[in-house]
Amino acid sequence: MLTAKHTLVAMVTDKPGVLNRAASLFRRRGFNIDSITVGHSELPHVSRMTIVVVGTAAMVEQVRKQLEKLVDVIKVADVTGEGTIIRELALIKVKATPSTRGEIMQIVDIFRAKIIDVSTDSLVIEATGDEDKLSSLYNMLRGFGIKELARTGCVAMVRGGAKSAPIDKESLKDIQ
Amino acid sequence: MKKTGSQILCECLINEGVDVMFGILGGVVIPFYDTLPQYPQLKHILVAHEQGGAHAAEGYARATGKVGVCIATSGPGATNLVTGIADAYMDSVPLVAITGQVARPLIGRDAFQEIDITGITLPITKHNYLVTDTASLATIVNEAFYLASTGRPGPVLIDIPKDVLTSTAEFNYPEKASLPGYKPTVRGHSSQISRAAKVINEAKKPLIVAGRGAIISQAYEELKQLAETAQIPVITTLLGISSFPESHILSYGWLGMHGMAYANLAVEECDLLIAVGMRFDDRVTGKISGFAPNAKIIHIDIDPAEIGKNVRVDVPIVGDIKPILKSLNKEINKTEHLEWISRMDLLRKEHPSINIRDTESIIPQYVIRQIYEITRGDSIIVTGVGQHQMWAAQHFWFDKPNSLITSGGLGTMGYGLPAAMGAKVACPEETVWCIDGDGSFQMNIQELGTIARENIAVKIAIINNGYLGMVRQWQELFYEKRYVATSLQCPDFVKVADAYNIPGITVKDKIEVIPSIKKAMETEGPFLLNFIVEPEENVYPMVPAGAALSEVLEEPLKKVRCK
Repeated sequence: MLTAKHTLVAMVTDKPGVLNRAASLFRRRGFNIDSITVGHSELPHVSRMTIVVVGTAAMVEQVRKQLEKLVDVIKVADVTGEGTIIRELALIKVKATPSTRGEIMQIVDIFRAKIIDVSTDSLVIEATGDEDKLSSLYNMLRGFGIKELARTGCVAMVRGGAKSAPIDKESLKDIQ
Repeated sequence: MKKTGSQILCECLINEGVDVMFGILGGVVIPFYDTLPQYPQLKHILVAHEQGGAHAAEGYARATGKVGVCIATSGPGATNLVTGIADAYMDSVPLVAITGQVARPLIGRDAFQEIDITGITLPITKHNYLVTDTASLATIVNEAFYLASTGRPGPVLIDIPKDVLTSTAEFNYPEKASLPGYKPTVRGHSSQISRAAKVINEAKKPLIVAGRGAIISQAYEELKQLAETAQIPVITTLLGISSFPESHILSYGWLGMHGMAYANLAVEECDLLIAVGMRFDDRVTGKISGFAPNAKIIHIDIDPAEIGKNVRVDVPIVGDIKPILKSLNKEINKTEHLEWISRMDLLRKEHPSINIRDTESIIPQYVIRQIYEITRGDSIIVTGVGQHQMWAAQHFWFDKPNSLITSGGLGTMGYGLPAAMGAKVACPEETVWCIDGDGSFQMNIQELGTIARENIAVKIAIINNGYLGMVRQWQELFYEKRYVATSLQCPDFVKVADAYNIPGITVKDKIEVIPSIKKAMETEGPFLLNFIVEPEENVYPMVPAGAALSEVLEEPLKKVRCK
């Protein structure tokens, strides 16, 4: 059985405790979560979760169905695949001396990241990209000394005109 | 018109068709109880312990198919409900549990008897609510009953702060709950149904396994029609018992750890397994890799998450059993599986599984068979959990639809007495027998008080072997007879019953078994029978935990005093 990283997009009602319900479900059923993020969606009263989970196809399908069983969860779609844009934001505080600053700035350029804060002995870098890109950047910077790292976890969206996790008309009517 | 939260709650309960609630009051729910006299159509039964209240509501729900309601105060009242709620969750029982909560300004301050019951019950409820304003109470109660009773039924908890009960709001009862994230599938997919029909029509050795889903859906006729049209043998799960009459020529008992050997062996041999409203629990499947190794599997269930959870499925159909079977039956060819049925009959002949030995002493199997004979099977049987539960399931013949109420998924000892009480309240015209073990019975023995006060005519048969018998059996078979902490010092149950003014008899001689059961049946009101049985009798057949169904142990020669 092949395990792989899957990205799920869940549309949920923005009721208190909905993140807790989802997180509790993963813990209880022994599902391994790489990251989980939640924020607003284009619909009023509907939040959007992005969940990255590692497992076999069957296990991930079970995660999807168990999530969808939660009353506050409207729709869950597995958007893993070529046609999906996955992005994450990272803030990296790296040690920088006058002699290393130039080299770090070059690396930052190559990764199309940004320097958003400078001090005498450090730089804060803001980078967005998929997980691989952020990990490569991190690895490149590690030699300089990482003081702090903050990553947001992934958000995902399918390419093209279709919605990532379309909600049927019937349910839309009930969302007030 | 403005009403208080308490009044709104009462009006909502009446609107939902609630006629009885089981509960115990306490500080924060006094405002609700204070309103009850304004609503005489709402009957409240005061129980002795909240766990008993939850199980009684379960018994009520399982006997009627209606939503059972239990009520507790905040803190310990609420936590005492937890076992009952978990039990209802595991066995898909429609239950609404109402708990009081400390007043809103006190929440989060560790106030007296404050507990985060919505947090605690998160993994054991279908959904739960903390009501934060009186105006939303009616909508929440409406949603709670809708959620509990539709789709795959389950428990829903509503936690209501004291000041929500005392504040006022406009009361308008919502007509229909609308939840964007909750749309249970009822009708099965027609192409899936056709695929299933094709597979059934082609099968040489098909086998139906019916679970509690068939009972919840009341698909008795449809199930029978499917079995009869294509001449398919039917076995059930423990919770599926009484979905199909056990005296039917196509009935071959039930499968699983203590199921009939022939039922388990049939699972090994069949080439098609039609799972109807069951969830492939480990007690049912045995070692999963050895389960139905030669069979395709059709799985019909209303819960999509059950499909493929434990076993691979060839043809899944998601939806309500009754309409699905109705559609399916239209596409089933009339067939006779003569060879397969005679094979099944041979399996049953070679592995009789439930013969009762002739003994001098009282053995539990004999007691249960006599209850069956004397009631002629016309009784609702409610059990606790343990050996007696398995014997009751094996030796009573369940022909009457939905006549066994037992805790399957959670395996809750202490379930029997309160659940029997709830079932009898729900069905006063029915005979209700609580068959319990001496260990299990003592876990909610206090409900004798409720039964006595309310004169709930439950007939109680305690299978008293002086042990936590099922554990003792495991110790005997798998722990070299080291009986650690399984021997019980039981009180004289008849004296205990007498203290509550409930009549009872202790039965030590086999010759007394039949007259005592008759006496219990003839006496009006509750009655307790304390059967002193062979202490080290074991439940067979048995599939050891982790073994495949084919590795079933059949009864070895016993050292009981045989005639």
